[in-house]
Amino acid sequence: MKNKMEIKNFSFTYKGAKAPSLNQISLPIQTNKVTAIIGPSGCGKSTLLRSMNRIHDLYPGNQYDGEILLQDKDGKHQNILAIKKENEFIRLRQKVGMVFQKPTPFPMSIVDNIAYGLRLTGLKNKRKLHEQVEKSLRDVALWEEVKDRLNDDARGLSGGQQQRLCIARVIALKPEVILFDEPTSALDPLSTLAIEEMISELKQNYTITVVTHNMQQASRISDYTAFMYLGDLIEFDDTETIFIRPSEKQTEDYITGRFG
Amino acid sequence: MRLVINKIALLLSSLTAILGLLFLGWILVTLILKGSTALTPYIFTHDLVNNGIRNLLWGQFVLAGLASVIGIPVGLLAGIYLQEYGNHTRYANFIRDLSDVMMSAPSIVIGTFIYAIIVIPAGHTNGWAGVAALFVMMLPIVVRTTDHMLGLVPTELREAGIAIGATKYHVIIHIILKAAKVGIMTGLILAFARIVGETAPLLYTSGSTIYMETDLSQTYPSMTVSIYNLATMPDEKLVALAWAAALILTLTVLALNLLGRFLIKDKKIKAYK
Repeated sequence: MKNKMEIKNFSFTYKGAKAPSLNQISLPIQTNKVTAIIGPSGCGKSTLLRSMNRIHDLYPGNQYDGEILLQDKDGKHQNILAIKKENEFIRLRQKVGMVFQKPTPFPMSIVDNIAYGLRLTGLKNKRKLHEQVEKSLRDVALWEEVKDRLNDDARGLSGGQQQRLCIARVIALKPEVILFDEPTSALDPLSTLAIEEMISELKQNYTITVVTHNMQQASRISDYTAFMYLGDLIEFDDTETIFIRPSEKQTEDYITGRFG
Repeated sequence: MRLVINKIALLLSSLTAILGLLFLGWILVTLILKGSTALTPYIFTHDLVNNGIRNLLWGQFVLAGLASVIGIPVGLLAGIYLQEYGNHTRYANFIRDLSDVMMSAPSIVIGTFIYAIIVIPAGHTNGWAGVAALFVMMLPIVVRTTDHMLGLVPTELREAGIAIGATKYHVIIHIILKAAKVGIMTGLILAFARIVGETAPLLYTSGSTIYMETDLSQTYPSMTVSIYNLATMPDEKLVALAWAAALILTLTVLALNLLGRFLIKDKKIKAYK
C-alpha cells in the first residue's frame, strides 16, 4: 500500500439513525500530500474526517462498516476501525492529529498548551519539553509573537494566533497525519492566509486532509480533491482535474456554483 | 395615547422597583441601627451565657463548614457524572429533576426529615443532625451548579483534548474543570452563603445552646436558632444581642454574595470567544 491512509467501502451510521450518513466511501489519502474534501453542508465530509481519528467514539453507539487503513512507519497497515482498547485509541490520536474549526486553546498557559500533549506521552525532562515547545511554535511562525509571554493564558491570544497554537500543539506530538476540520472558517482573511501557507509547508513532513466548504481554498492548497454529496463520494481526482475538467455533472455544478 | 400608556407603565414599574428597594434599605438600616448598639468587641470574646455570641459564631460556621466539607466533594462528583458521563441519559435527567425538586423543597421539611431519622434515635438535638440537614440543603445546589457550569464548556474543548491523546479522565481533570473553575467556585461560595444563614433546618436538629460546645453529638450552638430564641426574650439586652448577631450574619452573607458576583465578573473577561 503506497498511501498513508486508505478508506475502503466505509459506511458510517450515527447512533439511533436509520440510514447511514456515509455510504460505501473509498478514498486514498496519499503520503505527504494535501487532500481536500469539499461538498455542501451535510454532505458528510466532517463525519468522514472525524472517523479518521475515531473522535466519534467520544459519543458511543455509532456504527462503522468497511475499513480505514493506516500505514505505520514500517509500511505495515492497521485497520483503525478494529481499535477497541483505550491505549490503542490514544496511540491512534497521537499519530493522526486534528485541528478544529473553532480555535480550542486549553485553559492554561501558552507553554502548557503544547507541553500538555507531550507530557501525556511520558516526556518529563524540562529542557527537552522546552525545546519541543519552542520548535513547534517556530514551525507555526508563532514563536516571535509569543516568546515574551509564554506563561500567559493562551485564551488571551487572537483567534488566528490561537488556531496556530492549536496546530503547534498537534505537530509537537510528531503525528503522521493531520486532519483539519474547516480550520479557517472562524478566522479573518489574513489569518486564513497564514494558515493556508502553513498547510502547504507542513505537507513536506506530514500527510494532510482538509475539510473545507471554501472551494477557492481547496484549489489553492490541495493536491487531491474529493467531492462529496449526501453521504456519497461523487468524485476524487487531482485538484486540477476536479476544478478544470470534472467528469461528473454534479461536481461541475457544485464547482461552478450552481448549487451548494 | 400610546405615549401616555407608556409613561404610566414606566411610572408604575419605577415605583414598584423603588418600593422593593425601599424595603431592602429599610431592613438594612434597621439592622445597622439596632444591631450596632450591642456590637462591641466584648460579644466576640464571650459566649451567649455571658451575653456574647462567640459560641454562636463558632457553631454556625462549624455546622455550615462541615456540611460543605462533605457536600462539596459529593456534589462536585455528582455534577461531573451528570455532565461528562451521564449527559442526557434517562438516569442522568432523573437525577437532575430530583435535584431541582430538592432545591425548592421547603427547608423546614428537610429539618423535619433529619429530626425523624437522626434526632429521634439519638434522643436529643445534636451537631451532627444540624450538619446533616445543611448537607441535604446544600447538595442539590452544588450538583446543579457544577452540572450547569461544566455544560457551558464548549464540546470542542473536550474533543481537542481527546484528539491529542488524553483520556476522558485527563480531559475532565486537566481541561474541563480548569475551564469551568471560576464558575464552579462561584457556585460553591453561593451555596455556602445559602446554608450559612439557614434557620429552619437547624431549629430542631442542632438546636442551640448558650454554652461553647465542641462535641457534635451534643446540642450545638447555632446563631440563627439563637437569634430566633433571643428575639422574643423580655430582656432588652438580649434582644439587642440578637440584632447584633443578625447584622453580623447579614454582612457575612452579603460579603459572600459580593465575592461570588465579583468572580462571575472576572470570568466574563476570560470566557471563550
